Amino acid sequence: MIYQPEIECMDRESMRELQGKRLVETVAWEYANVPLYRARMDEAGVKPQDIKGIDDLSKLPFTEKTDLRDEFPFGLLAAPRSEIVRIQGSSGTTGHPIVAGYTRGDVAVWQQMVARAMSAAGVTKDDIVQVAYGYGLFTGGLGAHQGATELGAMVIPMSAGNTQRQLMMMKELGTTVLCCTPSYAIYLGETAREMGLKPGVDLHLKSGCFGAEPWTEEMRQKLESLFEFDALDIYGLTEIAGPGVAFECMEKHGMHVNEDHVIVEVIDPKTGEQLPAGTPGELVFTTITKKGQPMIRYRTHDICTLDDSPCACGRSAIRMSRITGRTDDMLVIRGVNVFPSQIEGVLVGIEGVSPHYQLEVDRVNSTDTLAVNVELTEDMFSDTVSSVEAVRRKIAEQIKSVVGISAKINLVPPKSIPRSEGKAKRVIDKRNLH
Amino acid sequence: MMAYTVETGCIKQISVFLENKAGTLNEMLGVISGAGVNLLALCIADTTDFGIVRLIVAGHDVDKTLAALRAAGLIARETSIICLRVSHEPGAFARVLDLLADAGISIEYAYSFCRSTLEDALLIVRPSNLDLSLEVLGSNDVPLVTQRMVDEF
Ligand SMILES: [Zn+2]
Repeated sequence: MIYQPEIECMDRESMRELQGKRLVETVAWEYANVPLYRARMDEAGVKPQDIKGIDDLSKLPFTEKTDLRDEFPFGLLAAPRSEIVRIQGSSGTTGHPIVAGYTRGDVAVWQQMVARAMSAAGVTKDDIVQVAYGYGLFTGGLGAHQGATELGAMVIPMSAGNTQRQLMMMKELGTTVLCCTPSYAIYLGETAREMGLKPGVDLHLKSGCFGAEPWTEEMRQKLESLFEFDALDIYGLTEIAGPGVAFECMEKHGMHVNEDHVIVEVIDPKTGEQLPAGTPGELVFTTITKKGQPMIRYRTHDICTLDDSPCACGRSAIRMSRITGRTDDMLVIRGVNVFPSQIEGVLVGIEGVSPHYQLEVDRVNSTDTLAVNVELTEDMFSDTVSSVEAVRRKIAEQIKSVVGISAKINLVPPKSIPRSEGKAKRVIDKRNLH
Repeated sequence: MMAYTVETGCIKQISVFLENKAGTLNEMLGVISGAGVNLLALCIADTTDFGIVRLIVAGHDVDKTLAALRAAGLIARETSIICLRVSHEPGAFARVLDLLADAGISIEYAYSFCRSTLEDALLIVRPSNLDLSLEVLGSNDVPLVTQRMVDEF
């Protein structure tokens, strides 16, 4: 179901016009109220009046996560403190917290974005939505709660944890939609099976919105077989709004971005240049309806690909792929941006191939070389040279087609790639570029 | 006319993947002798990047050998292979290969397996199509070495 077809199915040209108009307003508001961003625009020689539409977006300087830490807690607020009705935040992996302030209007916008996502998952006022995301500073719990409330569904605010009780409520209350992290959903599903709770008999879930951590197609298949329902991805980040920035429709082929509230770009992480749809790069967001703590060209450092082709669901909103990696890992080889996660994706996709790999980058006669060491498995091995060569050729061809550069494939014995604390050291760069 | 099947006409072979690095073959041989297994035949195929070692051991040693190799972190696999018994005279092996070629079967690799107790030459052959090869060899009464014979060597 499409919650707001007049927006979600708007033609691309009208959407760009709407985005341009809102961008102009946001830049003026940010310039007037946030000293850090004003200084940054001045430094770049850009005035608010230089921003006349969406095409001027690329003139604007970026915002970084470190800005949120440096200006903690209220330095990036654009609205008066008295207008802020909510604080959400995240602890961050490095331990420095970041927070975001929301005005009443910002909360309403966020709620609407989540409502669209849940509507795409089939949620209506007749549904019973169990929210097993944590409630608190983390945006998952309250975000899902508000979105389901906007649709008029019955919300069970379980928060995370207490698995037995989650499943008891799921069964007794007849939950139809589950919202939590995908890994917790799998845990719930496996525990349900162990307890003998059967989908269709004891449990009656029809769909679930899962986010707040990266997940894979394999996890979707697992979830869908555990609960016999539709498992959909929902994406968001505290800095921009929370869950609902983008969401999957029933086509399960990319997440539609709520473009009337957020402009999405994919840029080359090295040069900052915008990249066309279909090319992987760094995901950048600009909020265009937020007043409390707007973000202009916020760099996520996440690697993603955009798809602007029409979707069979009828929504015209651009779609973003799953996050496939972090820019921090990016390598530039022969001028091509290479993300180790792309290579991992290729390996995982070939049957019998082990996902344990290591990239060796070197420079021989002033040309970059890439070697991919892949651990051999018994499934990949047979007694003939030709069959082992065929495996190597297949890996090389697929890497060439996905990443765009030729790599030498070295098959190495199992467990020969060094693992530190369980995680392999993925990249050895011998080039001394710095 | 003989009727061979994979069970009656083939012998077991172990293939091991080796990196092209100094000492890997020695290491592998150490693992096998450490398991108390006697090698009956061995053949090495190498490319610039890796090698495949093929081994014949007695049937009762196959599982023990595989387990020892795997425990040492090596990739090893058991395959069924044909062992031809060909008289020591010019053209004898070629005549057998002609039979296979006429049936459209190619040879992936072959190596010899010498036992002083036998008059005939023993040749291990990996055909492109195992079942068809057994059928062709059987209908032409080509003698094969069976697993039981290997175990008695
Ligand atoms: Zn869609």
